Amino acid sequence: MTARQSPPQRPLTARIRPEHEPFGLADYERHGGFQGLRAALKMGPQDVTGLVKSAGLRGRGGAGFPTGVKWGLVPMGPDAPKQKYIVANGDEMEPGTFKDRLLLEGDPLQFIEGMIIGGYAIGASIGYVFLRAEYVLAAERLKAAIAECHARKLLGRNILGSGFDFDLYLHTSAGRYICGEETALLNSLEGKRAVPRSKPPFPATAGLFGKPTVVNNIETLCNVPHIVHYGADWYAELSSGTTGSKDGGTKLYGASGKVKHPGCWELPMGTTVREIVDDHAGGMREGLKLRGFLPGGASTDFLTAEHLDVPMDYEHIAQAGSRMGTGLLIVLDDRTPLMAMLRNLETFFARESCGWCTPCRDGLPWTERILADFEAGRARASDIELLRQQTRLLGPGRTFCPHAPGAMEPLQSALKYFPDDFSAAVGRDGAGG
Amino acid sequence: MARIWIDGREYEVDPRRNLLEVALEQGIDLPYFCWHPAMGSVGACRQCAVTQFRDENDTQGRVVMACMTPCADNSRFAVEHADAVEMREAVIELLMTNHPHDCPVCEEGGQCHLQDMTVMTGHNYRRYRYTKRTHRNQDLGPFIGHEMNRCIACYRCVRFYREYAGGTDLNVFGAHNHVYFGREADGTLESPFSGNLVEVCPTGVFTDKPYGESYTRKWDLQQAPSVCHHCAVGCNILPGERYGRIKRVENRYHGALNGYFLCDRGRYGYQYVNDEARPREATGRSAPGASEHALSADKAAQGLAAWIDAGRVIGIGSPRASLEANYALRELLGASNFYRGTREDAALDTLALSILAAGPARIASVRDIEQADAVLVLGEDLLQTSARIALAVRQSVRQRGFALADAAHVPRWQDHSVRLMAQTQNSPLYVLSAAPTGLDELARRCHRGRPEDLAQLAQAIVHQLDHAQPRAPGIDDDTLHLAHEIAEVLVAAERPLIIGGSSTGSAALLQAAANICIALHRRQRSPSIALLPAECNSYGSALLGGDDLDAALARIEAGEVDTLVVLENNLYRRLPAPRLDAALTRIQHLVVIDALATPLGAHAHLQLPAAAFAEADGTLVNFEGRAQRYFQVFVPQDAQRPASWRWLQRTAAVLGRDLGNTLDELTAACAASDPALAGIVAAAPGHDFRIAGQRIPRQPHRYSGRTAMNAARDIHEPQPPQDVDSPLAFSMEGARVGLPPAEIPIFWAPRWNSGQSLSKFQDEINGPLRGGDPGVRLIEPGQGGAYFDRPPRSEVRPLQTVWLYELFGSEELSARGAAIAERMPQPYVVLHPDTAAELGLADGDRHQWAAEGQQWEAQLRVDPGLPVGIAGIPRGMPGMPTLGVGAVIGVAGAGA
Ligand SMILES: Cc1cc2nc3c(=O)[nH]c(=O)nc-3n(C[C@H](O)[C@H](O)[C@H](O)COP(=O)(O)O)c2cc1C
Ligand code: SF4
Ligand code: SF4
Ligand code: SF4
Ligand code: FES
Repeated sequence: MTARQSPPQRPLTARIRPEHEPFGLADYERHGGFQGLRAALKMGPQDVTGLVKSAGLRGRGGAGFPTGVKWGLVPMGPDAPKQKYIVANGDEMEPGTFKDRLLLEGDPLQFIEGMIIGGYAIGASIGYVFLRAEYVLAAERLKAAIAECHARKLLGRNILGSGFDFDLYLHTSAGRYICGEETALLNSLEGKRAVPRSKPPFPATAGLFGKPTVVNNIETLCNVPHIVHYGADWYAELSSGTTGSKDGGTKLYGASGKVKHPGCWELPMGTTVREIVDDHAGGMREGLKLRGFLPGGASTDFLTAEHLDVPMDYEHIAQAGSRMGTGLLIVLDDRTPLMAMLRNLETFFARESCGWCTPCRDGLPWTERILADFEAGRARASDIELLRQQTRLLGPGRTFCPHAPGAMEPLQSALKYFPDDFSAAVGRDGAGG
Repeated sequence: MARIWIDGREYEVDPRRNLLEVALEQGIDLPYFCWHPAMGSVGACRQCAVTQFRDENDTQGRVVMACMTPCADNSRFAVEHADAVEMREAVIELLMTNHPHDCPVCEEGGQCHLQDMTVMTGHNYRRYRYTKRTHRNQDLGPFIGHEMNRCIACYRCVRFYREYAGGTDLNVFGAHNHVYFGREADGTLESPFSGNLVEVCPTGVFTDKPYGESYTRKWDLQQAPSVCHHCAVGCNILPGERYGRIKRVENRYHGALNGYFLCDRGRYGYQYVNDEARPREATGRSAPGASEHALSADKAAQGLAAWIDAGRVIGIGSPRASLEANYALRELLGASNFYRGTREDAALDTLALSILAAGPARIASVRDIEQADAVLVLGEDLLQTSARIALAVRQSVRQRGFALADAAHVPRWQDHSVRLMAQTQNSPLYVLSAAPTGLDELARRCHRGRPEDLAQLAQAIVHQLDHAQPRAPGIDDDTLHLAHEIAEVLVAAERPLIIGGSSTGSAALLQAAANICIALHRRQRSPSIALLPAECNSYGSALLGGDDLDAALARIEAGEVDTLVVLENNLYRRLPAPRLDAALTRIQHLVVIDALATPLGAHAHLQLPAAAFAEADGTLVNFEGRAQRYFQVFVPQDAQRPASWRWLQRTAAVLGRDLGNTLDELTAACAASDPALAGIVAAAPGHDFRIAGQRIPRQPHRYSGRTAMNAARDIHEPQPPQDVDSPLAFSMEGARVGLPPAEIPIFWAPRWNSGQSLSKFQDEINGPLRGGDPGVRLIEPGQGGAYFDRPPRSEVRPLQTVWLYELFGSEELSARGAAIAERMPQPYVVLHPDTAAELGLADGDRHQWAAEGQQWEAQLRVDPGLPVGIAGIPRGMPGMPTLGVGAVIGVAGAGA
């Protein structure tokens, strides 16, 4: 055990050494590891939840739901069901998003620690990690870390003499985007088709195998040990003291597209888009200008060069008309054909539809084909209205889950900000209509 | 109650319902696909969109799915709001991007829910200009056709097949717009309820294969309300006819019985009606084996009358013939000359009736079975004998899940959420039987034994419930524990149900069922009971009474009989062949009245061809004691096949006796003959019933070709046959609205051409037909009688048989059709592996078996589920001999 170290500024990535194996247990503990867990086990479970609530941690999986509030929905006490579960969502198939992979490959123990604390807080004795199929290296490192924890009694029965039992299992996905949607994930984990469930009941009351379940994103859980170790105030300070953001902590931001140095960086919550693109991604490649960007993965609305100074936090991005999503930017430059990008995105979304509800299952392939006509310059004038209609009919509430509405976000915002691209693609071959 | 507004109109509704149900009940035409009245809501198709408003000031609203929206107090909805209208039309447009529009060659065309919904939403112009996805179809066996391109991915098929009916071999494969509904590989659909896919699927993906092979549009079918004749449940059916052939059978909704679903025996069992080999005219034979000669109907009736007049005549009725037919025979020959089933069958049916009548248990309908929260099955293999009951028991175990959902405020119609909460938690079901059954997988525990052993276990349950009752001595500890557990579960349940029947041939088991009910009643519980007899009119025939076949044979063997009249009964299925053969040599005249050519008919001196179920009217009494009338669908051409009772009426007329000339007269006389039968007249309106002076047409308003269909024979349009027996007409003309529930020949309503129009015939979704569910319960249970004595103990005799049943094969009529025959197993004998080893027999080998002076060849099946030392044999299967209860069999030698 080491003495209390000075609190880190970049807690999530402090122990990650690119191009190196992650720390083993001993090194991890020497660098402050399992202090959060030790502290948590001395607190009552509900106090841990209270702490996470007051830290203002919001889910990093895309929806930004306050994590402490989510945990607080789980039934506790003697009347609560005996079996509960905590499930880590490591599906990460969102195009342009690769933060959870970095965290799992770089510091699997940090995640495991967060998972155990989460399990303790809600009274779950079993945790599952649902991991994207392609994350082979992450799976390997996670398995090794789990084995090490078992050997050292950090997993299993009576963890650290606390009387708390917790087992952790890794489940690698068969590779569908919809498995990232938490209820489809639970179905998949149960061995059923990965189709979302209707809510209510919410997973907090009836989740995995019908039992109370919390599903959290990998990054969300990685924050937890630090919150418990260093406290809610410290956590809120990480952003309020730097960017002034109301959303606490740091965030893994990233950028892909034709920037000079695509990548992923841990920065205070509320860092501006301009800082991410210019300072961390090195700006646009030579000769290219930023035309727009999807702030948090493929299923968020476009923002444009005008929005470069918007701080990347939940509130500000929403005010600007988009969503924080995963916080990893996909940047559109002035040479990449927008129609090709949109068509490519909708090809992905159409293929990844689970096939349960009509607007998504049959609407996305149609959208994709119309966009292919725009891409090829053979669209009809009426197709623009058709696309607009699709964005309405595949929008929130119209479909069974948020997959199709997510798919419509880049399209509806492209129609809003870049209408000329569409009209320019109409009828080059003379087809009217 | 909740107050809600739909399009500005105020409604008082049950807040536990969803908006779609409520809207349909209020007569609002709201389109839907994935919702099904029996299966609830899953929110998949997004067709039922309406706009919901926050309050009266909200004009914008948001689109919600009616099927997923509870009718909370003060909710405000609009069906006619622009956003919802656009959404509903758009969903159809999207479905149509892949639908092949092959209506003209599609079996669903004209009764297609997708067609109806398309027209209803107004979508009519195709904007999609790309290719459609295509699929490969599968061969799914003799019952079901498959045309996957027509699929609109509503998921109803898999929800019915897997979740509702427990099948495993149909599934959904793939994802996005390639989802595929079929089997892993081509092959026969295994579920005994597969035929319902035809009605569950809202398009033409799953179609009725035999119907498709000889196809007629819905509007060209002549139909009449009928009752399934293939087991004692009495499911209501709608057979459709054209050109003298039954083309198909569809479900006819009955709120207390079959609801929305039939079993495959009931749906496909009609094919024997179309058999070309059925007798067409009366025939006489001067001596057994001599060639037949045709007789006119008058000559035939005169011949029979003369023999009756000569005396020394007895008659044998039938549990598969109508009450009226049995009654007519009894009246004609005198009650003391009227006989019915085998000694065992007759005794069991009478016993069962007396148990039902004595009470204290309520007689469970199929709907009641679905709602029972603890079920004990005593000896029956329901999936094979009364399949629709098995489907209901499958629903009953969901009571536990419903309770969990109620506690979590999850509405019961939110089907997948309820199943999620329930997981594998079932409410208790116990199955006690001789061999494994199709319900075992749902049972908390199963117990195997001979009927005698099961009766001992049942006695132990009785003792647990009422210590004043004797124990079952000699029962082992495990079995005693089970008895204890079952007793506790039954006492703890709110709606305990005991299901028994006559399939084992054991009176002790029936008495045990009664004793358990009495014991529960003494513990202040109100149990329900269902006792399943063997055939469609077993209870009707038992109510009429008559001595058993043993008594009849005794009279024949004593030389007291010159003429034997057998009504719709192939005695070779009831009596061991050697004994029957011998008896037949002792009589002068065998008269056989039947719809089928049977082995018995081959011996007849006089054979009178009778109508099959679809060619006649009559009344049957089902397992609940419900009298139900079925109606003639069509008049056979080129055949003299009156109802069997009409032969008897004619014969009576020759003798100067009065059995009436119509069904009503016969029914009335039958009802008057016994207070227990008084109710049967009310089972359906009589033949003089009219609506505004009009009859009810059997032919739809769009029936085509009636002037042409006979043109090859006669260029003049023939007079439609007159119906003196029912208010139905063989015609297109008549009244189509306000029909009494027992007389609905077709479900069809404006804008609803498919069977989904049913909601227009109900006041409440899943409730009774408007006007009440058809049929009349004849039995009013009493306050409960005395306990029956403790069952006797009996030692196992080596290779003592227990009866097993086959849904496809054990029932005589259905087994004659080609489609069912394809599903029938070959004759077999089942032994426990230890028993087989002891005899040196190997699984799968064919052997000659012998019992009661008969030999037959059958394959050995080895099944560890069967108790050691006994032999399971399928009863009533073609190729199997007729044996007595508990007969002992042996191996006669290795077969071919
Ligand atoms: C189509 C779809 C895909 C999703 N994919 C992911 C994913 O890959 N990883 C993830 O953490 N959340 C994903 N989500 C969000 C999850 O449903 C859920 O909100 C999240 O896992 C909750 O964790 P959090 O509260 O920690 O953010 C997805 C949602 C949708 C609708
Ligand atoms: S929107 Fe519908 S089809 Fe698409 S992924 Fe969600 S549930 Fe499946
Ligand atoms: S096959 Fe029929 S029932 Fe099944 S999903 Fe397709 S349309 Fe629906
Ligand atoms: S359960 Fe019996 S009555 Fe019902 S359809 Fe099947 S065979 Fe006919
Ligand atoms: S019927 Fe409501 S969504 Fe399908």
